[in-house]
Amino acid sequence: MASLDDLKKRITSVKSTQKITKAMKMVAAAKLKRAQDSAERGRPYSQKMNNVILNLASGISDKSNAPKLLSGTGNEKIHLCVVMTSDRGLCGGFNANIIKKAKSYFSKLKEEGKELKIITVGSKGNDQLKRAYGDKIIENISFKDSKNANYFDAEKVGKTIIERFEKEEFDICTIFYNQFKNVITQIPQSQQIIPLNAEENNENKSEENYEFEPDEDEILSNLLPKNISTQIFKAMLENSASEQGARMSAMDNATRNAGEMVDKLTIEYNRSRQAAITKELIEIISGAESL
Amino acid sequence: MTEEFKVEIVNPDKLFLSKEDVTEVIVPAFEGEIGILKDHIAIISFLKPGIIKIYSKSGEEKFYIEDGIIEFKNNNLSVLTSSIFNLKNMEKNKIQELLKKAEEETIKTEINDQTKYLIDQKIEVLRSIN
Repeated sequence: MASLDDLKKRITSVKSTQKITKAMKMVAAAKLKRAQDSAERGRPYSQKMNNVILNLASGISDKSNAPKLLSGTGNEKIHLCVVMTSDRGLCGGFNANIIKKAKSYFSKLKEEGKELKIITVGSKGNDQLKRAYGDKIIENISFKDSKNANYFDAEKVGKTIIERFEKEEFDICTIFYNQFKNVITQIPQSQQIIPLNAEENNENKSEENYEFEPDEDEILSNLLPKNISTQIFKAMLENSASEQGARMSAMDNATRNAGEMVDKLTIEYNRSRQAAITKELIEIISGAESL
Repeated sequence: MTEEFKVEIVNPDKLFLSKEDVTEVIVPAFEGEIGILKDHIAIISFLKPGIIKIYSKSGEEKFYIEDGIIEFKNNNLSVLTSSIFNLKNMEKNKIQELLKKAEEETIKTEINDQTKYLIDQKIEVLRSIN
């Protein structure tokens, strides 16, 4: 059995861990509010952008002449996967969930004999994928310096992807991120952004006949790159809200577990203290009796 | 019959402006300025750098805009843009900063004609408001 001193030390150490997790939970809760707000504020833009693109895509007359970002390269051999994770750990299953989703997709591609390329956004994803897929990772982008998700960063990622697409480095691009549902639920998502899947969500397509200025093709070729950045920005916003949510619930659990541990250790400490006192008393009494 | 319609200007990270009582909007579309009144035909167009003017009951507002797209449908005008500034609160040194950046970009040789045209437009507009 551990000595009294050891127990005392352990109790103090668990208590200070609890203080840290509690503080982290508070910080995450404060940040979550902000991240959630900006995720909600960002939704109208990406929705409107999507609507406009859908209307344009349905209005385009000659499908074969459509920009490649919309119609694809005609092949589907090389897949680019953009895995978006956080830069910091201690957020429960947040990163692990995205990685798991991505990995299952990777192995599916492997079975089909497709070629795989990976871009990781956020250092945690890079750390976890390095071991198994190190040779497939072509770029790692990290925004450790920027405090919140901002459009400027998203545009940078978007430009990198488009540049690579124009060099014909890949045919299909899919992004992986966590969608924020609520504080305890984040749903890992995969979304194909190149070529754009126009048929997938055409429920809000309107029958309106638009006048286009300049013509559809030109607007589309200008708009599609922007849409990529917008989609990535949306993913980043969802991700940052999810990260804070995941961290908050993880830290809440950790705090509760630490509390339970402190209780258990305190009982053990009291018991062994009591036992030591009883033992001493017995020794004194039996010593006195023998006289 | 009212002559008013709704305008929404949306940034990637927030709703920049929403107004219900707008009577006329002039936007710098790619092929020239377009004035939009109520019951305009549905239109999608993209913008070049310029000034958006919004006329409403409460007065006139002007915004400097660098890029974006507009969609007008059912008397709803949506402007999607990533860079927009209210001319009223725009400071002189901010304008000069943007102007300097744009001028630096024109010197680069690898840009194509379209971007060059857009940058020239930008410089012209910035100079006019400076």
